[in-house]
Amino acid sequence: MKEIKEYEKDLASIRTMMERSAKFISLSGLSGVLAGIYALLGATAAYYIAQYPVSPLDYRTYTLRDEGVIIKLLVVAGVVFVASITTGVLQSMRKAKKHNVKFWNTASKQMVFNLSIPLVAGALFILIMLANGHYGLAAPASLVFYGLALIQGSSNTFDEVRYLGYCEIVIGLVCAYFAGYGLLFWALGFGVMHIVYGSIMYNKYDR
Amino acid sequence: MKNPFDHLDKVLEHRLRLQIMSVLVTNDVFDFNSLKEVLNVTDGNLASHIKALEKEKYLSVTKTFVDRKPNTKYKITERGRASFKKHLDALEAVVKQQK
Repeated sequence: MKEIKEYEKDLASIRTMMERSAKFISLSGLSGVLAGIYALLGATAAYYIAQYPVSPLDYRTYTLRDEGVIIKLLVVAGVVFVASITTGVLQSMRKAKKHNVKFWNTASKQMVFNLSIPLVAGALFILIMLANGHYGLAAPASLVFYGLALIQGSSNTFDEVRYLGYCEIVIGLVCAYFAGYGLLFWALGFGVMHIVYGSIMYNKYDR
Repeated sequence: MKNPFDHLDKVLEHRLRLQIMSVLVTNDVFDFNSLKEVLNVTDGNLASHIKALEKEKYLSVTKTFVDRKPNTKYKITERGRASFKKHLDALEAVVKQQK
């Protein structure tokens, strides 16, 4: 018969194995902060493209009809997205190396798969809306779908990601009601929230 | 449970087997190489314990080929899940009894 200590160790190892096999824990907090900064820069660029010289705090009553402006905004959003993903992947690879685990493992594959379903559905939905001239709800829709994607992906990584998802959905819904403040809410959801979330995660896990 | 020690599963007393089962309880399917990586063990060691679990019908094995390389996947059986749960309950009872 084994000693009691051994049974306690058995129990502890069950928990460790369950977490290690299903959770992607190399997700970097710092990359969240950087993604937030990129989003704020993007929002600033978008402001100069679409709204300047009207104050960003003013409620926009007119809608965008100029196709050139829409294309420019899409390019800005695309650059922010690619830069954030690249930073996230590079930082997480570094963190995985430091902890001596593989970056592309069962958990991270599962997470990417889960994340991508609401994300791709949302992206297509927004592109269809834009193609049909429904510009007003693009910003809130991107926030809501992103929030859903985070909640979906959170089961394979830190639980905190789920709460970020809830926040994005709430911000998205409020934004849908006040569509004229779209850019401001977008900056709040993708910029400020990422910086807050990233710094919390960095302090909690990465230091 | 009068004597929780009686409910402990002999097959799962070995820690590596218990760890293999923990991974399979959490994940739908898991392949050999990923298991090896998560558990940080050698091929031979892992294979022999998987064999023991397979013999007890605690897990099922599917062998396929990916790019001509063998890819073996494992899935927990209902029997395996029930045994794991029973063993886990017994473990908790054992530890609790001592406190």
